[in-house]
Amino acid sequence: MTSISSEPSGEKAFLERIRFWLRHGDRPWNGLVISMAVLVFLLMVAIGLLLWRDSAAARAQFGWSFLLPTLDASWNPVFDIYQAWPFIYGTLLTSFAALLIAVPVSIGVAIFLAELSPEWLRMPLSWMVELLAAIPSVVYGLWGIFVFLPVVITPLGQFLGETLGVLPVIGAFFKGPIPVSGISRLAAGLILSIMVIPTIAAVTRDVFLAIPKSQREASLALGATQWETIWKVLVPYGLSGILGAVILGLGRALGETMAVTMVIGNSIEGSVSLLRPGYTMSSVIANQFAEAVSTLHVEALVEIGLVLFVMTLLLNIIARLLVWRVARRTPTQVRA
Amino acid sequence: MTASSKSLEPNIIGQYLKSQPRYTRRKTVNVVMLGVTGLLTLIALLPLFWIIGYVVYKGGQCINWDFFTQLPRPMGMAGGGVLHAIEGTIILTFLGSLFAIPPGVLAGIYVAYSPNTWLGVGVRFGTDVLSGVPSIVVGLFGYALIVKQQGHYSAFAGGIALAILMVPIIIRTTEEMIKLVPHSLRDGSLALGAPEWKTVLSVTLPAAANGIITGILLGVARASGETAPLLFTALGNDNYEIGRIVNSGIAGHQGIWQILQNIFGQPVDSLPLTLWKYAQQPYPERINQAWGTALVLMIVVLVINITARLWVQYRTKRLQGR
Repeated sequence: MTSISSEPSGEKAFLERIRFWLRHGDRPWNGLVISMAVLVFLLMVAIGLLLWRDSAAARAQFGWSFLLPTLDASWNPVFDIYQAWPFIYGTLLTSFAALLIAVPVSIGVAIFLAELSPEWLRMPLSWMVELLAAIPSVVYGLWGIFVFLPVVITPLGQFLGETLGVLPVIGAFFKGPIPVSGISRLAAGLILSIMVIPTIAAVTRDVFLAIPKSQREASLALGATQWETIWKVLVPYGLSGILGAVILGLGRALGETMAVTMVIGNSIEGSVSLLRPGYTMSSVIANQFAEAVSTLHVEALVEIGLVLFVMTLLLNIIARLLVWRVARRTPTQVRA
Repeated sequence: MTASSKSLEPNIIGQYLKSQPRYTRRKTVNVVMLGVTGLLTLIALLPLFWIIGYVVYKGGQCINWDFFTQLPRPMGMAGGGVLHAIEGTIILTFLGSLFAIPPGVLAGIYVAYSPNTWLGVGVRFGTDVLSGVPSIVVGLFGYALIVKQQGHYSAFAGGIALAILMVPIIIRTTEEMIKLVPHSLRDGSLALGAPEWKTVLSVTLPAAANGIITGILLGVARASGETAPLLFTALGNDNYEIGRIVNSGIAGHQGIWQILQNIFGQPVDSLPLTLWKYAQQPYPERINQAWGTALVLMIVVLVINITARLWVQYRTKRLQGR
């Protein structure tokens, strides 16, 4: 190895090794494919890390009090004091209102699509439900402001305020008066419910379709009606999958930005009522981030983004695990 | 079997059923609840027709030739169009596809061929989770990653943000489509001595190409309708016109690199971004243009979507029929 003559042969051997390594091209190819797969995985980590890094000052300044529920939270860019509770509350309230409506409707849609619909109608109906998810969020918002709010929300809000608003405990959530324009948390909740129905319905339909035929046949053979089969056999069987679908829908509702920003009014007031304007986590980011001047303001908004990210991350992980459980329990051969 | 016994049979069953406790109630509940699910389906679909119908009605009134070929006029002036937004949408989705397709397809190939390795499971899980990340958070990420480093908003940053939204869709369709390709094709190629990469590139991918293109189209449809990730990345730009940029670049004897930088390096508008801005303005002509923009946007998104779905259905049937 020390002699001069062996030097070129060492180089030659090296080149030969590279040539051998590249000859099939499979190793570089595998490396490329694997690195892309890793890249996608790293993307998730990078989102979390960047948001964590960019909210450092806000986290140091406010600590946990940033997130704690308070009645008189302040969000004050002038004095640089930020507490995120009003936004967290707005997001949670609108999302749960949305689920309250969307879950029964979606399960109904899924049952109809998976169990009842005649074969020729199934495809077009599934498509239409999926198209509902394809309509851009801003179009929902525009339609919401000019059509849905005045036609549906304002009368509905007045009605709710007059009937439920006078009740003792839950009345606080329906304290009117609703603005004439209809801009309110209720509007955001209802628009959200329309937007998450396709998500929940599609996943629930797939859960129903994954349930073995033998379950249905056994139930029907015992003399159960079709509804009893669906409600007492299929729904319990696929319950964890349906729960997964609901959580998936919740994740979508929490993160939805544009339509909500357009109809919720973007105001911070002390009221907890559904019928009053409010703010959500995503809408405050959309509204203020581009105009935020002070570092702390920017970082507080990023921290809200971080909280939103973590919330949806956890929800998605739970939901996927639940949906996977149903799919795994059912052997592929016996699926309907 | 005689005719009399045939007519007797349902009668016996019917009598037996009617003797069961709560027979009428169960039967009524059955019919009512099944009807309710049908009704709920109708209710769920109502907004679809309501929105499409209203957008077509309102948007159709303000769409004309100028709407597609002119830049916006100053506030309060009638006329003008959304050319900047149309060109911006094209540029942004082009960049998004450019950044999303290669990693998406390659990662999809990996997941399809190694579904049971820890990385395969991890990537599939990561894909599922990534598709659930709120788009506004992706916007913040794009801002932190690109805009903050570069010091200015740009189409480039917007393209990266859109790519992050497109990648999960592309990975999932690629995976599913490659799994549909018969194993015999791949085995045959490998048995002939072709290396793995050549097999994938010249046998598997062409066989799955139609489905993968569908996935890409669905990703494009999603990306072109997104607003939230663009708010702090592409920002918006009323004067964006590719023709003008190119002309002034040629007149100024700039190189092709410089011109490309001018196109991709500055803030751009997109249809949803424009729609969002217009909808918040008090001028009625802007509101009308918002409806027009909504119509254009919806046609783009829905046409891409429907085409892609029709195509995948056709291809899946053919592949499975083999």
